[in-house]
Amino acid sequence: MNILVFVKQTFDTEETVVVQGGRVSEDNVRFVLNPYDEYAVEQAVQVKEEFGGEVTVVAVGQERMEQALRTALAMGADKAALVEDDGSLDEYGVAKVLAAFARRGTYDLLFAGQATVDGASAQTGPRVAEELGVPVVAAILRFTLEGDRAVVERDMEGYSERLSVPLPALFTAQQGLNEPRYPTLPNVMKAKKKPLERLTLEDLGLARERLLGRTATVECFVAPKTRQRRMLQGSPEAQAQALADELRRFVLPD
Amino acid sequence: MADQMWLEELRSGVRRICNSFPDSYWRELDAKREYPQAFVEALTKAGYLAALIPEEYGGSGLGVTEASVILEEIHRCGGNAAACHAQMYTMGVILRHGSEEQKRRYLPEIAKGNIRLQAFGVTEPTTGSDTTQLKTTAVRRGDRYVVNGQKVFISRAQYSDLMVLLVRTTPLAEVRKRTEGLSVLIVDLREAVGKGLTIRPIRTMINHATTELFFENLEVPVENRIGEEGQGFRYILDGMNAERILIAAECIGDGRWFVERATRYAKERVVFGRPIGQNQGVQFPIARAHVHVEAADLMRFRAAALYDAGKPCAAEANMAKLLAADASWEAANAALQTHGGFGFAEEFDIERKFRETRLYQVAPISTNLILSYVAEHVLGMPRSY
Ligand SMILES: Cc1cc2nc3c(=O)[nH]c(=O)nc-3n(C[C@H](O)[C@H](O)[C@H](O)COP(=O)(O)OP(=O)(O)OC[C@H]3O[C@@H](n4cnc5c(N)ncnc54)[C@H](O)[C@@H]3O)c2cc1C
Repeated sequence: MNILVFVKQTFDTEETVVVQGGRVSEDNVRFVLNPYDEYAVEQAVQVKEEFGGEVTVVAVGQERMEQALRTALAMGADKAALVEDDGSLDEYGVAKVLAAFARRGTYDLLFAGQATVDGASAQTGPRVAEELGVPVVAAILRFTLEGDRAVVERDMEGYSERLSVPLPALFTAQQGLNEPRYPTLPNVMKAKKKPLERLTLEDLGLARERLLGRTATVECFVAPKTRQRRMLQGSPEAQAQALADELRRFVLPD
Repeated sequence: MADQMWLEELRSGVRRICNSFPDSYWRELDAKREYPQAFVEALTKAGYLAALIPEEYGGSGLGVTEASVILEEIHRCGGNAAACHAQMYTMGVILRHGSEEQKRRYLPEIAKGNIRLQAFGVTEPTTGSDTTQLKTTAVRRGDRYVVNGQKVFISRAQYSDLMVLLVRTTPLAEVRKRTEGLSVLIVDLREAVGKGLTIRPIRTMINHATTELFFENLEVPVENRIGEEGQGFRYILDGMNAERILIAAECIGDGRWFVERATRYAKERVVFGRPIGQNQGVQFPIARAHVHVEAADLMRFRAAALYDAGKPCAAEANMAKLLAADASWEAANAALQTHGGFGFAEEFDIERKFRETRLYQVAPISTNLILSYVAEHVLGMPRSY
């Protein structure tokens, strides 16, 4: 099995978001491997451990992404690649870059997180699949291989769907797919020695101006906390009635 | 100095484990004064406690710099490494002064976590900081030592398989210098308890598994002695620098945790129609604590770099410990004050960490003793004791 996993480094979910000068400040922020990508990496490594093969992880973005790649290597991926860019491409561009990388090899399985905790668009995985012309199932909660097909389950908010998909195919991982392992210290050290290839967009035959999205960020702001305060008036009975009505509206919106 | 990205990877590996042990985990254990078994197991299984053991003995062969980052991160995440930090460095005395046979016998098993060597018996009730006066004796009888005496505040003795024990083998009256005549023995606690060793837990103001030990004709095989007879004090001393640096790192982790919690609370808590953190009277103590934590951190990395380069670092290691312990205590105080009444509520964890970080003013070495060291050995003033 040749497996490719798309990963990104994101804010630690414990961090508070600070907007400064029209963008989210990255000063003194701790970064982690995007939590959904951990499930993707774990699944890839489990498949490798069961059926053999090789797991490659790839990211697009700044130098600092290397750390997320090293985490994935410490979890058991075999090699990594970083396509260097300034981190400003949107899903459209990133998907084209990742697809170009994927085309350099032949992969039976492709995994990604179902979304990133920063961008949260959930687009990148499906877009890459579209670029590559392979089937995609998003937000899977179970994964098994049966011959040359993958059988996966996804949660449909109230019921589950089981799908059988021919390979190669791309799957995006939802929380609950598995229990991502801790990188052990010996594995963190081994990861230091695993190959990490650095590529430029040119190396992949891509021209940056063709990757720019059609959207522009107009403004970046922290949504004001809306606190509604209402003083209830009237007799105690009237106030109690008004409160009960209010609560009912809150619990059972019409 | 080890490169920043690598240290950050280490931190993130440790943080992954710590994230599974939230504040509530530590809070509940604290209330029951229980040992953090699950946390220690997770950390052991992930190999972090074998960081300092050379690769040829099954560890990761890392330096004190990296080890200090591991312990710092545990404290930075709100946990406490005291339950297991000694598993990292107590083996140092075997590594540096043990025979090849002792190293082969113990180190690989310690690295795997099969043997816990995290008890270190030095302090005694009647002599305290004046270590060379200690009264516990080991008298040689054939191929055994017979140990008699008493130790106090010996941590983790109930959660350790082996203990490194400092005893007097030649009476004080018969040695040229008081630092001579002390020896280091490895006591197998699994065998010793009930056969000459009694362990009695001491309940303290923090959740710290510390105990009192009573020795009554405890027999220890001579082959369990580390290095030469009579040279034990020197062996213990040269492990102290590593310990000082590692403890400094724990303080720095605590300090950062306090500063972060205090800052967050100061921004969120609104009284008199404004966040309390808008008042300079609230800001300044937190800002000052932050400055001191960061300054202490520089001394810690400097000491660690010297240590890892095999250069003398006693002055730097001691100074790092003092600066870091003072900074974490200052940060603790600022955090408690910032939280007002809520700082005293167990649910906020400030009071727990406040109690915990207070320890470093006293143990493993008290602040005064560090100052005495600096005055005498760095500045050349007369010995004061
Ligand atoms: C929770 C906890 C865990 C511990 N774990 C261990 C352990 O695992 N193994 C172990 O061996 N020990 C351990 N200790 C003991 C610790 O190392 C000692 O408490 C510490 O070294 C101080 O010794 P003491 O308590 O006897 O204080 P003392 O030596 O009696 O000192 C009391 C006070 O007097 C001051 N003082 C003493 N002499 C002087 C002087 N000449 N000049 C100026 N000031 C002076 C000290 O600074 C201190 O403030 C632990 C202690 C605690 C509280």
